[in-house]
Amino acid sequence: MSNITPLKTEAEQALIAQGAKVAPDRQSAFARFVDAGLPHRRVEAYHYTDLRALLKNAPPPAQAGGRVTTASPLADIDAYKITLVDGHYDSSLSSALPQGVKLQSVSTLADDGADEKGVLSPDPVIALNAAFSESALDIEIAAKTELAKPIVIRLVTTGAHASYPRVRVNIGDHAKAFFVESHEGGVSGSLIDSVFEVRLGDHVEIDHLRLNLVDPSSTVLTTFGGAMGRESLYRGHNFVIGGALSRHQIFFRFEGEQSKAEISSASLLNKKQHADSTLVVDHAVPECQSREFFAHVLDDESTGVFQGKIIVRPGAQQTDGKMMSRAIVLEDGATMNNKPELEIFADDVACGHGATVGALDEDLLFYLRARGLPKTEAEALMLQAFVGEALESIEHDGFREILEALAEAWLKARSA
Amino acid sequence: MLEIRNLHVAIEDGTKKILNGLNLTIRDGEVAAIMGPNGSGKSTLSYVIAGKEDYEVLEGEILLDGKNLLEMEPDERAAAGVFLAFQYPLEIPGVATMTFLKAALNAQRKGRGEDELTTPDFMRRVKAGAEKLGIPQDMLKRGLNVGFSGGEKKRMEILQMALLEPSIGILDETDSGLDIDALKIVSEGVNALRSAKRSFLVITHYQRLLSSKPMAMPTI
Repeated sequence: MSNITPLKTEAEQALIAQGAKVAPDRQSAFARFVDAGLPHRRVEAYHYTDLRALLKNAPPPAQAGGRVTTASPLADIDAYKITLVDGHYDSSLSSALPQGVKLQSVSTLADDGADEKGVLSPDPVIALNAAFSESALDIEIAAKTELAKPIVIRLVTTGAHASYPRVRVNIGDHAKAFFVESHEGGVSGSLIDSVFEVRLGDHVEIDHLRLNLVDPSSTVLTTFGGAMGRESLYRGHNFVIGGALSRHQIFFRFEGEQSKAEISSASLLNKKQHADSTLVVDHAVPECQSREFFAHVLDDESTGVFQGKIIVRPGAQQTDGKMMSRAIVLEDGATMNNKPELEIFADDVACGHGATVGALDEDLLFYLRARGLPKTEAEALMLQAFVGEALESIEHDGFREILEALAEAWLKARSA
Repeated sequence: MLEIRNLHVAIEDGTKKILNGLNLTIRDGEVAAIMGPNGSGKSTLSYVIAGKEDYEVLEGEILLDGKNLLEMEPDERAAAGVFLAFQYPLEIPGVATMTFLKAALNAQRKGRGEDELTTPDFMRRVKAGAEKLGIPQDMLKRGLNVGFSGGEKKRMEILQMALLEPSIGILDETDSGLDIDALKIVSEGVNALRSAKRSFLVITHYQRLLSSKPMAMPTI
């Protein structure tokens, strides 16, 4: 730790001071974080989300035993429920799991934050999670298990402290499951740094819904890492409405041939919210297909970031990848940063990307207004359609309707 | 009654004048036709009546039943009874036609201080109107005008007009790009809407529409 210099920010200094309590087997992860410090704009992956400048303070890690006082917006959905309160598993708020699903709360973690063969990429935010996460949830879904109901993992933050939830899921061959990762709660001063890793076997079919519904004043950094075997299907849906500062990372890797991933995302931002969606889809093997669609609606002085990269490794022939980012900027003060990238090292592939940023189409607005819709209603209808494109791929009616209702409420609040 | 008096219009930056002192009165129940070469300002007139923002009215007034349209927003003009059937109806992906029709109808009713229609009442009206115009039900479930042919889009405009019951219907080249059969359906649809109270402003390039039997226009 010889490189600790007076240049460390207040938040970095606080994190380093908290590091005294990090257990010996996680000191290596902590050291990696200290080495790197909080990523800043000269680190390419964080160019548009300068955590060093944006993260003003680092609250202490939360203890177990936080009280959940609010109901989840997903409470009415018939699902298996797992609840993590401030990163700690709470069995009283969790339901029994069906046959074929095993859950284990483990207190120590193997330090795999920088393992090149792991699901995750080396990243200071992941290193920070690895250092401070005191308990992790290991979920094992046995081969050939077909879950009748979704598994909703609710991650609730109860106060102005830091939580470092970590969930690992192993899904056996020929299994079929639906996971929801719902980030909720939080207050001004909360810091959430979560890591969700999923290893998918062969011939699996997985839906994964990741929701940022936290209080709009808190900070959320979420990482999802997925690696998938052959002839499998992953469908990921992301929905961002919360957090003053948020970053949602996805690292997805194809490890078996003839698999398919569809990833969509809708972010609705207002006031001074800053939300970053960073995506790396790694085609390590031939004949896989990936589709990514990211939609941002930016009001007031909000900032959206989309960084998407499709990597096609040498030999990953017949890769078919398409990535699209669309943003609607409603006010002059709002900003969108789009950075789509393709890194292709094979010569027989079909890859494409597109990124658009614009205002609502004036001619369409006039058409709707000429039919009697007041301006705000016409705008809301167009935005609902825009967001709907990112939500329509959610096959579960219950979840899709809840998200559509949340989007509608957001739009209503806007025109009120 | 629509009265246009001494209307001078330029495009928004004020540099190019398009209408120079137009006067036009269309009394209740009358049909007025405007013909003229491309670029002579026919569509501009229709947009200015409906309230599109790209134009600057330099002088003059437009009154509908005595109310000054130029002081109103486009949606207020619609509630006051203006309907513009677009020359090129726009596609709105993601907004189901049915959702749009209901939103438009109820917004106008609200604008006029009337109660919203109940869903069964609304459905009945849409179904009856769609049937007359040969619009199949599945088209109503699709995104508004998305993937519709030119003729289907024009028929959808007429369906909207039938539902919204305006006091003045402005048809901007509604007869363009239609084959004989579609023209007949559209003409019959428009004719069915004619009444002693409702007037029309028809913008067209074709004498044939004006003289064709289904849309027998009275002389003005």
